[in-house]
Amino acid sequence: MSYISLSDKDQKDMLAKIGVLSIDELFQCIPENIRLDRNLKVPNAHTELELIKRFLLLSEKNTYNGYLSFLGAGAYKHFIPAAVDYLSIRGEFVSPYTPYQPEVSQGTLQSIFEFQTMICQLTGMDVGNASLYDGASGAAEAVLMANRLMRKNKVLVAKSIHPQYRNVIETYTQNLDIHIEEIGYMDTGQVDLDGLKDLLDDQTFAVIIQSPNFFGIIEPFEEIAERSRKNKTLSIFLVAEAVSMGILEAPGKLGADIVTGETQSFGMPLSFGGPYLGFMACSKEFIRQFPGRIVGQTQDLDGNTGYVLTLSTREQHIRREKATSNICTNQALCALRATIFLELMGEEGFMDMARQNMQKAAYAFEQLSSLQGVKPRFSGRIFNEFVLGFERPWLEIDLMLREKKICGGFPLKKDFPELKNCVLFNVTEMHTKEDIDRLTTALKEALGTQQGGKQ
Amino acid sequence: MYPEEYRYSKDHEWIKVEGDLGTIGITDFAQKQMGDVVYVEMPDIGTELGHHQTIGVIESVKAVSDIYSPTAGEVVEVNEDLNKSPELVNEDPHGKGWIIKIKIKKSSEVEKMMSYSDYEKFLSGLDE
Amino acid sequence: MIREPLIFVLSEKGKRACLLPVLDVDEKKSVTQGITVRKNIKGFPQVSEVEVVRHFTRLSTTNYCVDEGFYPLGSCTMKYNPKINEKVAGFEGFLVAHPLAPEEMNQGNLEVLKLTEDLLCEITGMDKFSLQPSAGAQGELVGMMMIRACLESRGEQRKVVLIPDSAHGTNPSSAHLCGYKVREIKSNSRGTVDLQDLAAGMSEDVAAFMVTNPNTLGVFESDIKEITRIVHSEGGFVYMDGANMNALIGTSRPGDMDVDVIHLNLHKTFSTPHGGGGPGSGPVGVKEVLAPFLPKPHIEKRGERYYFDYDRPQSIGQVKSFYGNFLVVVRALSYILSLGPEGLKEISEIAVLNANYIRKSLEDIYHLKYNSPTLHECVFSDLFLKDFGVSNLDVAKRLIDYNVHPPTMSFPLIVHGALMVEPTETESKRDLDLFIDAMKKIAIEAEKNPELLKSAPHLTYVRRLNETTAARNPILKWTPESKGKE
Repeated sequence: MSYISLSDKDQKDMLAKIGVLSIDELFQCIPENIRLDRNLKVPNAHTELELIKRFLLLSEKNTYNGYLSFLGAGAYKHFIPAAVDYLSIRGEFVSPYTPYQPEVSQGTLQSIFEFQTMICQLTGMDVGNASLYDGASGAAEAVLMANRLMRKNKVLVAKSIHPQYRNVIETYTQNLDIHIEEIGYMDTGQVDLDGLKDLLDDQTFAVIIQSPNFFGIIEPFEEIAERSRKNKTLSIFLVAEAVSMGILEAPGKLGADIVTGETQSFGMPLSFGGPYLGFMACSKEFIRQFPGRIVGQTQDLDGNTGYVLTLSTREQHIRREKATSNICTNQALCALRATIFLELMGEEGFMDMARQNMQKAAYAFEQLSSLQGVKPRFSGRIFNEFVLGFERPWLEIDLMLREKKICGGFPLKKDFPELKNCVLFNVTEMHTKEDIDRLTTALKEALGTQQGGKQ
Repeated sequence: MYPEEYRYSKDHEWIKVEGDLGTIGITDFAQKQMGDVVYVEMPDIGTELGHHQTIGVIESVKAVSDIYSPTAGEVVEVNEDLNKSPELVNEDPHGKGWIIKIKIKKSSEVEKMMSYSDYEKFLSGLDE
Repeated sequence: MIREPLIFVLSEKGKRACLLPVLDVDEKKSVTQGITVRKNIKGFPQVSEVEVVRHFTRLSTTNYCVDEGFYPLGSCTMKYNPKINEKVAGFEGFLVAHPLAPEEMNQGNLEVLKLTEDLLCEITGMDKFSLQPSAGAQGELVGMMMIRACLESRGEQRKVVLIPDSAHGTNPSSAHLCGYKVREIKSNSRGTVDLQDLAAGMSEDVAAFMVTNPNTLGVFESDIKEITRIVHSEGGFVYMDGANMNALIGTSRPGDMDVDVIHLNLHKTFSTPHGGGGPGSGPVGVKEVLAPFLPKPHIEKRGERYYFDYDRPQSIGQVKSFYGNFLVVVRALSYILSLGPEGLKEISEIAVLNANYIRKSLEDIYHLKYNSPTLHECVFSDLFLKDFGVSNLDVAKRLIDYNVHPPTMSFPLIVHGALMVEPTETESKRDLDLFIDAMKKIAIEAEKNPELLKSAPHLTYVRRLNETTAARNPILKWTPESKGKE
């Protein structure tokens, strides 16, 4: 295929205007020895029909679609209203650049302003940005921001945050004067508060806690924030499952200084891990160190309300190496999806979604915990995920579930070697009671068969 | 235009000396180069500044510029009015738009700075 | 004109758009025992579906976009986004795939990633690619981190990165984030890297030189082989910013220029939509020497099976959760496959033809600081407008009235009042001519009626916006208290 719009005649006319005989002449500035003297070895051009066939085949090699799944662990399947797709595929939203020319970008700018507003309403913070890449890089950016604000070098990271977020924090800080220490978790699944007390010292610039944490457990954040504040340490509240903000108290009210995380749950399909949507919010006093794009309200020459990118002097295109982040392109279209999603759900609908997640997960937790050979690993309160410990090797159980077209939870052993045969299950509003009962029955059978087989 | 009693630096800062107290700001030329000032970042009171050390940052919508201390000293006062009205730097750069006051360490450094007439000559020598 | 209010202004209790099915398990109060539950979300909207649909439909009409017309933003490569790419990226099997499902359930996705990596290697002449970075800036960061990790594995603690004064702001910012000090290298009178300045700046303390080729003026660094030789001879690495790859694709390969690491922007060269500022994708490619340091996991193939390799002890680690902006990669792969070898070469050929046609048509009127040959873009300056009291900003805003998106402004920093024009290969001669005519008319208007430019645009949904007020007194969200004022 080709997306060129010039006829042969156009090309001839244009070459004549430029005053060269061939296109090749225009490339004379590239020395001969680094010009490619052959065609690229790539597959021959595909027509639309051939592309559809090839990609359909590729997409159907993925077999996950046919399974009843209870996988979460940082990527959640939620309801996406039809109008989210319908509106967000409009060319006017899909095909412009970053809104550097506000007079012809009000649609994008106003929707980001609405996104920032809703992020503030959900988090209870003063200001929100236009988006970050994802929750993991959001966590890393928050650590860097806190480091710039406090000018100390130690950060405490809860062991119970998403292990991939932790990896990304480590990557981002590896060449900087930032030292990471880990806060362990207790049998409740919550952060070890005594451990926190011991680790907080005069070099600690921030504590980063995820709630609900990676195990699905709700953290005692208020107390953590309080202790941090007393130690002149910033508290960073990390969110991996943003639907939780529809029922749990706003992090800002619990004392968070910076709130950041992942909002994939707001209208982004699972999409094999991306594109997702990072967000960040903070107190007003920290705005000069805030990373990422920010939209502000202003007026035009006639006094009409309008929106512009603002406080840009924090950013790389002006401040270069002194910028608050190197981020440029972010996740604007994903933020638009989230904005449409939240506006369609509305206050009641969104809070109902959160309530249903919590109730259904509690039901599943209760049903599964009652099975022989299954033990809840933690005793703390959960939102929509929970960890179960199995007496038998999970691998065997998992294979039996798969035969029944069920994709169980996420085994924790790889990231938490101490949690052998412990598995993280996720339940959302997308699971019906029948789905949960089907899992319970299948697990019961699998456990029974195994035990029977071995005795 | 440029007050006779002030001394000036090549980075377009001015200093007004009263005893061992120095008031520092940026010149009219500098504020014009910056355009509409939207924010001035100032140091904490008590900060010890070295000669030519960064005092803070001055920002317009699309530009950022460091402000340097023309002489060593300790910060004794910052212009709190600039937090609410950064436009003072544009409107009255040599007066209400002052940025910090310092307790001067070495008056010899100030003496080495340009007089108003030298500064005006310096400006006319700058090609735009 | 109807002004579309903020959604919050339309909000009223009792209005609803979406409903969930009734909860089908017994509700238990005990579930929230001992935790603080919120009673409401203050200010959150409550509107009907019709209101939401009209809200965004109306808002969308105030945006200018590539689907509507010419969008010559320099260095941003605002080419047409083929619709077939959107279609295949929307296939169910891709959309519903959970990133943590067992690998055997995601073999199609892994094949997409591996195939794309292999094709990017061939296109750029590099040895290995990682598709993990979310955008160009993150690709840069990864590239610089790999260089640092490689040097450290040799026991070298270099501290400085050299960057040309014409570089994009993300370059120094990424180098800084990697713990390096940045030193600027001057451009010469041709607008290219000053070799003497580079040679003088090179030392055993320099980790890398970051170069954009063609550079931000659209000028090819024809001394690139000498540049790489100078840097390598002191043990440094050459990082190439691939933002301008559209000028080279199918014609010349960075790998053959001896650069060590490069990032690409799939949302530029490979036609994936910019989305009003993302999502993008910034794959990073390396020569063999840097391959052990690539982010993990990295995709490998054993027999017929694709898998993620996490066992990479020298890897810099992970920069994004999961494996990158997967759906963006799907679109880019579809684009590469749709074009084939001839079609890929045609990209750079026509992109360069279009840019030179614009340059030739306007260079007698608009000032060009450098007269070196240019490839896919050219940078005009507003110097000649100074006498009329008009700046590049005014020209840009006036272009909007001619229904053309303004070029990139005030960048690169080495050109006064820059207007950086990149037409891309997809534009018709008619659209190019419309732009050229508009620019010519504006040059005349600037002289005869400068006020017309200074108060432009005149025909838009909002007129010129006060960015100073926005920055001095930031209003960054709507609050219930501001309801009456809307």
